[in-house]
Amino acid sequence: MIAALELTANHYLVLAAVLFTIGAVGLLIRRNVLVMFMCVELMLNAANLTFVTFARELDDVGGQAIVFFTLVVAAAEVAVGLAIIVAIFRRRRGATADDVHLLKG
Amino acid sequence: MEFGIFVVFAALALAGSLTVVLGHNPVHCALGLVLALVSVAVFFLQQDAQLLAAVQVIVYAGAVVVLFLFVIMLLGVDREETLHEPIRYQRPAALALGAIVLAEVLFLAGRTWATGTPSARGPLEEDAGYNNIETVARTLFTDFLWPFEITAALLVIAVVGGVVLARRSGQPAELVDEGDAATGESGTNAGSSPSERAPAGGPALSRMAPPAASERDTEAAS
Repeated sequence: MIAALELTANHYLVLAAVLFTIGAVGLLIRRNVLVMFMCVELMLNAANLTFVTFARELDDVGGQAIVFFTLVVAAAEVAVGLAIIVAIFRRRRGATADDVHLLKG
Repeated sequence: MEFGIFVVFAALALAGSLTVVLGHNPVHCALGLVLALVSVAVFFLQQDAQLLAAVQVIVYAGAVVVLFLFVIMLLGVDREETLHEPIRYQRPAALALGAIVLAEVLFLAGRTWATGTPSARGPLEEDAGYNNIETVARTLFTDFLWPFEITAALLVIAVVGGVVLARRSGQPAELVDEGDAATGESGTNAGSSPSERAPAGGPALSRMAPPAASERDTEAAS
């Protein structure tokens, strides 16, 4: 029964859309900075899945190359972002994003 | 078979991402992130992106999530977060916004609009002699050579920036040494309070203000 169904690019695109939305909603409703960061990673991954799907659909290697760069940028983002989180934690003992709503030196 | 794999790993990816969003413990969130990322790696494999699947597992599920877990353990943030909302109705608004985004993106993704020139950057599957790694590498080192080099610079900058940001800048001895080298007088009043230190001015002393404030915070907290 399952084998009769055909797997098309739309399946991947819809799944990527759902993953992106879950990440976006999580970014908005969570207050823990680390979890918000993880939601950003989730959104980046959904975008990557879309890139790979279209690379396959259009038979274009450029999509996969872009995903490669996205992975690198995400890794750099994690390095800097986690360092910022560690620095914030050192200043004030809180993990919520609302603690840092004032821009103070 | 292929569809069955897709269904199983789509369910796993959704379960993992929902764990990230809804989990109470940040460690559970990180593990849900691993589940979602590995599932996406399986989709990469299904779509002839073997190199990216390997990179995804190594970089994301390996390095990035381990870094997350490391920070969670280091900071000890595995406790409940507050349900206090500073902005009223933000969570319902976020859910409504998410529903709108979902409907919009599903509307766009649910139909076949794969427009664009096929193989504009080069075909994904060249002759039978090339595998995926060789194809992607050929593109990376010819068409994308300049972005590739910039990426190297980006990584170096990110690593240096991360070290600078996460360095324990509150150590008094190190800062006093820097102040001595720059002004030659701050060593005498290094142990005094920030309010006394502030009027002395100087570029090196302005750098010392945040660590002094952090010392004060920790003293007040203890």
